[in-house]
Amino acid sequence: MTAAHGHEIVIHTSTLLRWIPLLPLIGAAINFLVGARIQKKFGRGGVAGLATLMPAMSFVLVVMSFLQLQGYPTDERLIIDNVLKWIHIGTLNADIAFQFDPLSAVMCLVVTGVGSLIHVYSYGYMDDEPAAWRFFALLNLFMFAMLCLVLGDNLLIMFLGWEGVGLCSWGLIGFWFSEMANARAGNKAFIVNRVGDFGFTLGVFLLFWTLDSHGAGTVVFRELAGSVHLIADDMLWGTTVATVVTLFLFVGAAGKSAQIPLYVWLPDAMAGPTPVSALIHAATMVTAGIYMIARMNFIFDMAPVTGQVITTIGALTAFFAATIGLAQNDIKKVLAYSTVSQLGYMFIAVGVGAYAAGVFHLMTHAFFKACLFLGAGSVIHAMHHEQDMRNMGGLRKYMPRTFWTFLIATIAIAGFPPLAGFFSKDEILWKAFNYSPAIWAIGFAAAAMTSFYMFRLVFMTFSGECRADHHTVEHLHESSGWMTWPLVILAGGSIFAGFLGVPAALGGSNIFEHWLEPVMAHSAHGAGHDAHAHHNLTLEYGLMVASVAVAFGGLLLAHLMYNKKSIKPDGFTQLAGGRLHTLIYNKYYIDEIYQVVWVNGTLGLAKILAWFDANVVDGMVNGTASVTKLVSFINGRIDHHLVDGLVNKTAGVVHGVGGAVRRIQTGSINAYLYVIVIVVTAVLFARTW
Amino acid sequence: MFESVGLHHYVVVGLILFCFGLFCVLTRRNAIGVLMGIELILNAANINFVAFSRYSAGSFDGQVFSIFVIMLAAAEAAIGLAIILSIYRRAKSIDVNELQGLHW
Amino acid sequence: MENLSLSVLTFYVLAGTAVVGAAGVAFSRNIIYSALSLMVSFMGVAGLYVMLGADFIAGVQVLLYVGGVLVLTLFAVMLTQGISDIQVSNRSVGRVPALVIVAGTAAIMFRAVSQAGWADKALPLDQSSTYEVGNLLLGRYILPFEVASIVLLSVLVGAVVLTRKEVVAEDEST
Repeated sequence: MTAAHGHEIVIHTSTLLRWIPLLPLIGAAINFLVGARIQKKFGRGGVAGLATLMPAMSFVLVVMSFLQLQGYPTDERLIIDNVLKWIHIGTLNADIAFQFDPLSAVMCLVVTGVGSLIHVYSYGYMDDEPAAWRFFALLNLFMFAMLCLVLGDNLLIMFLGWEGVGLCSWGLIGFWFSEMANARAGNKAFIVNRVGDFGFTLGVFLLFWTLDSHGAGTVVFRELAGSVHLIADDMLWGTTVATVVTLFLFVGAAGKSAQIPLYVWLPDAMAGPTPVSALIHAATMVTAGIYMIARMNFIFDMAPVTGQVITTIGALTAFFAATIGLAQNDIKKVLAYSTVSQLGYMFIAVGVGAYAAGVFHLMTHAFFKACLFLGAGSVIHAMHHEQDMRNMGGLRKYMPRTFWTFLIATIAIAGFPPLAGFFSKDEILWKAFNYSPAIWAIGFAAAAMTSFYMFRLVFMTFSGECRADHHTVEHLHESSGWMTWPLVILAGGSIFAGFLGVPAALGGSNIFEHWLEPVMAHSAHGAGHDAHAHHNLTLEYGLMVASVAVAFGGLLLAHLMYNKKSIKPDGFTQLAGGRLHTLIYNKYYIDEIYQVVWVNGTLGLAKILAWFDANVVDGMVNGTASVTKLVSFINGRIDHHLVDGLVNKTAGVVHGVGGAVRRIQTGSINAYLYVIVIVVTAVLFARTW
Repeated sequence: MFESVGLHHYVVVGLILFCFGLFCVLTRRNAIGVLMGIELILNAANINFVAFSRYSAGSFDGQVFSIFVIMLAAAEAAIGLAIILSIYRRAKSIDVNELQGLHW
Repeated sequence: MENLSLSVLTFYVLAGTAVVGAAGVAFSRNIIYSALSLMVSFMGVAGLYVMLGADFIAGVQVLLYVGGVLVLTLFAVMLTQGISDIQVSNRSVGRVPALVIVAGTAAIMFRAVSQAGWADKALPLDQSSTYEVGNLLLGRYILPFEVASIVLLSVLVGAVVLTRKEVVAEDEST
């Protein structure tokens, strides 16, 4: 795939790839421009149909391209679609071009597949929304941006998509912006994302700049893969350039994928409609960070220090978010913290160099998390936008399909075999153990908590008696087919997707990892994974059994606490005098700390700067204006007195001279005669003397 | 100087007359006085003409000039006095120093 | 003074008359006295003319100057001064500067005169001057003669125009 081995590179071209992101863009454009009219004429079905058609068609194209890619030999799996010449300035060359390789294929299948299902679901969910056209337009625009992100063949196109998904996320979180809290949540998401994006752009710049100093400046992925070894010895700030670049890139990933310390936006993002939470904050946008690291694996392999940082942060995030999820009562908040926690797992994977494992978990997570969110949405919809689990219960008998799909997804996320979550999570935990048992331990604890809080959610929502008021209970019914069929499909994915990555230890051939090998071909496979060494099978089985056991433990505890009610929650909530529970329940007060430190700090700084600008800078400007006025005043005076004075003086001189000279004309004949005589005499004198 | 009367005698006479006439012109306040001075000057010129005609030229051309001069003197006196009369009628004075109407 | 011939004496007498008369014109306080002195001076000059053999010119001098110009002057004096003012009518001012200038002029001209070589002898006369003058006037100098007559005509007209009373509207007070 790259030139490093001097092979003849075969790159296939296509003109079809561009339609994959373009179709949703067209859908977005139509809905933005005339969506209101379509909705008026054809109802929500019109806009929804149009909006769903686009990603569905993209999905078809993705499948076609996937099949095409499969047909090629392993080292030829790259399709390029160069659409337009874009930037060619100096040594920077970036075109609007899309690439389709195994990694892109996985991502696109997830994005378009899950995306289309969520579009279908949204038609059912947003049944009383007057601005449905705006919703679907934004959804389509998001699809466009996300597809640009995963299909772009250079860092700049990826960045375009990166920012685009941030923008759409803002628009969708704050969809019901008439509520101030929703608008604020959207702003928070965008601003925190921007902090990450800043790091990302610094990383891109530094990378390009350093490569350029070796004469190989490029932002195109396939060229980067081949030339990034050139900067192996460059140092910056006491460490290798590669480390600095990857750390910056990781900042971007942390912002987009909600890792510590930039995760704070994701729980607040639950203010948006539930399909948005499912699509953006479970399946697609938040995975952009993982994708980026996987895509740039060649440079992350050059920076083991960054890998350490990534893994540590990922592990801590997984644990940290899981603890918060234990105590939340809002159904969506639990799922949000669960997402943050699962993303932590993915970062653990890419941190140790197991990029394929990370992407595998990304894919399985997309299925079961989307299913969970959509199921929660179904519940919320049926309960008339009630989200507090303490007011739910016993919904199993009213919403069976929702219940069963939700349960399946929960089993998957808890990590019970043979569902998808088991394979992907265990792959990660195994790789983590080989890297550092401490990381494994943290991940293991987080897995225990995951199982517990997920089953707590299930039991509080679906079992027992309904704790809602009578009016709500009377209107409880299963959601429409538009909403439940996507649930079924996603639940199916949760069941079967895991079989793509069955490890060798269990007799599988890990198709997934092999599929992604061309993209990771030159990675040093990080620390811990050694394809040829004989790894300890016993240890692997042991770890697997431990994972299942702890998952079962969580299930049991939840069952006892919330079904049988034999263990009182108070036993836990009153630990450390109830303070521990309060701490967890309030998310460790991180948001409050951030508000004081960052937000108020920035506002204070802004006030100081505003004062500075108004007084010092404007003062200088006004001073300059005053000086100018003074100068012009002086000039005016000079002009008036000097210039005009000169003119007047000249006239005065003429006047004076005239006044003096005219006195000759005395009118006195005597004088005239004198003059005549004197002159004649003088002439005589001159002539005769 | 006393042996015979030469040309220079006459010229000197003319000179003396001319000086007196000039003196008159320059000092007289009365306009008519000034005119008298002018007559004297003209006379002096006439003497010169006639004397030169007799002594140097040997012909009577100088005398003819003299006639013309006399005639012009008369004409000029006539006009001058007419002007003076007009001025007298206007300004009631012919004092040269007072007649400064043409001054600036 | 022994060889003082009659002609020389006559010359000095006549010259003296002319000069005295001129002095009288210059220094007289009274304008009538000035006019009469002028007449005396004219007479002297006429005499000098006779000595120079210009008898016709002498006659013209007497006729025109004395009989014409002087009378005219006296008329003008009478018309402009009034009889009562005759006594204090001819003052002069600025004598000293005039004296300076006149002296300067005299000095220059005297020097010129003294430096030039003058003829001593009077040239002989063949004809009577009247005859010759008449011939010249209507011969060589016919043009100036005619022009002179035009000049006199214009003088005549001019003098009349200058001195007639205004004939403009009665409302203008002169």
